[in-house]
Amino acid sequence: MEWSALVQYVLTGITQGAIYALLAVGFNLVYSATGIINFAQGEFVMLGGMLAVTCYSFLHLPLWLSAILPIGVVMLVGAGIHQLAIRPLRHAHLVTLIMATVGLSVALRGLAKVLWGADSYPLPAFSNVDPVALAGASVDPQSLWVMGVAAVTGTALTLFFRYSLTGRAMTACAARPLAACLAGIRVERMNMWAFALAGGVGAIAGAVLAPIALPSFDVGTSLALKGFCAAILGGIGNNAGALLGGLLVGLLESLGAGYISSGYKDAIAFLVLLIVLVLRPQGLLNVTMRRDES
Amino acid sequence: MFTMIRRLTLLTLSLAALALLAGCPAKVTPVTPTPPQGVASGEPIKIGAILSVTGAAGAPLGTPEKNTALMVQDLINQAGGIQNRPVQVIVEDDQSDNTQAATAAKKLIESDKVCAVIGPSLSGTTLAVVDTFEKAEIPLISLAASVKITQPVKKWIFSTAQPDTIAVTRLYSYMKTQGLRKLGVIYDSNAFGKSGLEALQSQASSAGMEIVASESFESKDTDMTTQLTKLKGAQPEAIVCWGTNPGPAIVAKNVKTLQIKVPVFMSHGVSNQKFIELSGPAADGIIFPSGRILVASLLPETDQQKLVLLEYTKFYEEKYRQLPDHFGGHAWDAMRMLQQVMNVSGDEPAAIREGLETKIKDFVGISGIFSLSPTDHNGLTQDAFVMVTVKQGQWALAE
Repeated sequence: MEWSALVQYVLTGITQGAIYALLAVGFNLVYSATGIINFAQGEFVMLGGMLAVTCYSFLHLPLWLSAILPIGVVMLVGAGIHQLAIRPLRHAHLVTLIMATVGLSVALRGLAKVLWGADSYPLPAFSNVDPVALAGASVDPQSLWVMGVAAVTGTALTLFFRYSLTGRAMTACAARPLAACLAGIRVERMNMWAFALAGGVGAIAGAVLAPIALPSFDVGTSLALKGFCAAILGGIGNNAGALLGGLLVGLLESLGAGYISSGYKDAIAFLVLLIVLVLRPQGLLNVTMRRDES
Repeated sequence: MFTMIRRLTLLTLSLAALALLAGCPAKVTPVTPTPPQGVASGEPIKIGAILSVTGAAGAPLGTPEKNTALMVQDLINQAGGIQNRPVQVIVEDDQSDNTQAATAAKKLIESDKVCAVIGPSLSGTTLAVVDTFEKAEIPLISLAASVKITQPVKKWIFSTAQPDTIAVTRLYSYMKTQGLRKLGVIYDSNAFGKSGLEALQSQASSAGMEIVASESFESKDTDMTTQLTKLKGAQPEAIVCWGTNPGPAIVAKNVKTLQIKVPVFMSHGVSNQKFIELSGPAADGIIFPSGRILVASLLPETDQQKLVLLEYTKFYEEKYRQLPDHFGGHAWDAMRMLQQVMNVSGDEPAAIREGLETKIKDFVGISGIFSLSPTDHNGLTQDAFVMVTVKQGQWALAE
């Protein structure tokens, strides 16, 4: 029993961690390009989940299409947010921009409540098979989907930033906006892309999470907080860090709940965040990331 | 740069907390009462209703309550009113907010001069206005379930909702018949879950039950396998989950994933169609105490409440094209009690209060059979609940 319990805690931690990692990657995308912490990231996830449910249950689309369609829609929402709310404020102080994203988050949540009400909604699991047994513990197949999707998304984004022209241009904007601009990169367009991609990653997380989490209009808030926690823990802007941070937060939560107290599991995760910030303010994996603070 | 990040972290964390607190703005919807129809004439009898028609916490409760209160108003007026006077229900939306509830109470008492008030919908909003009604000496029939509303007894405050404590009593007496004694509890850390845990703990020893482990989850948690694994380790004979959607649905799914074989019991918090919808096949076999409206058509003909349950269902479905629920039922009971008392005692607040205490005996309502007295302002017993289970996605009586 003891061992199988530990295995179960670890598996649960990894599943939750993969979700937080996806959130953290979303934070990173916007932060790397613009320096903004986008607090509407949780709402991107919520929108992804709610739209998937809408496509499946109300428009009666096939499940795979219902999971993919919201990605495009939320990317548009992300780009739209940038064009309508962030871009007009581009000369404002960073704190103003972060305030704007908090406002956007509240607005999106309000809009979702008008559209979908306060209820939660179900979505069927992607694979209709029995739980997988592993060393006395068992995993829901949807959890495997979550882990797989997080791994694929993380890898794809890393490759995108390293090898594609757009990805490298975005990295350049993040490092030295002025120099990037002089080199002919359209900084504003790259920023818009960052928001769109963050929307897309959020929607992916929302759809793959929906069968587990039963989304409602306010599902994004606590996820965003944990994802932000993961991003900071791993070193903001660093995608490998996001993965590490996400898994750490997930495992801390799960093991904390398992061996200490389920009532304090969030407190345990946030306490570790504070300790890490004191000891390693740049996060676990960041070494020398600096950017213009002009 | 690093201090910048640290500062940003603190700032953004506090902003996030603010955003959480801010919630969603609710719109003000003043309700024009339907003009009385039928033969009743003369000065209308004004009954106030403070309901959470909007606001995340209360809207699912306040909306059917408002529908029902206005429906009963029309039914009374069509039948000739009370002592040949029409009834006018003045609905105030408290937006699930304590301050708004207090404002609504003042308005109803001071400017509308109502003779009695039903509501508020939530325990929090009710407790926020209790003193106002005690001072103003206007009877209040709350539709919320906290035991604190009617215990200790307050002179002017009544309630038509079944308190958690009797749900626990009912659950324990059922578990005893099944020979289950050791239980593991998993509860939502919100007010509903915590008060459920308190009731489970305080009644355990007298019911001969033993709580071998208790674990909590946050309302917005997406996975409870850790807590359930821990409970499983304590080897209970049954698991009891106390919470409101969507948490218990996730618990039901996680129980299936972990292949936990002991019976799973839940609270009346899952007594709604949404629970089956959210849990899917995982809902099968789960047993919980529920008010009768959920299973009205399944009840035996000998059930005393069946007639009124079917009557309410019929009227509500005709008028609103959907099935009624427990919350609307609380409003039905409150309105019908006032009608019965005022038919005899008139519309003096003191006479209504007196009448509620002395004339409501074996009153067959939606939420149960009420017998109010000076020492019991709720008047329900554990018989207000039936044990309900889910069989292949359909409600069924467990006994």
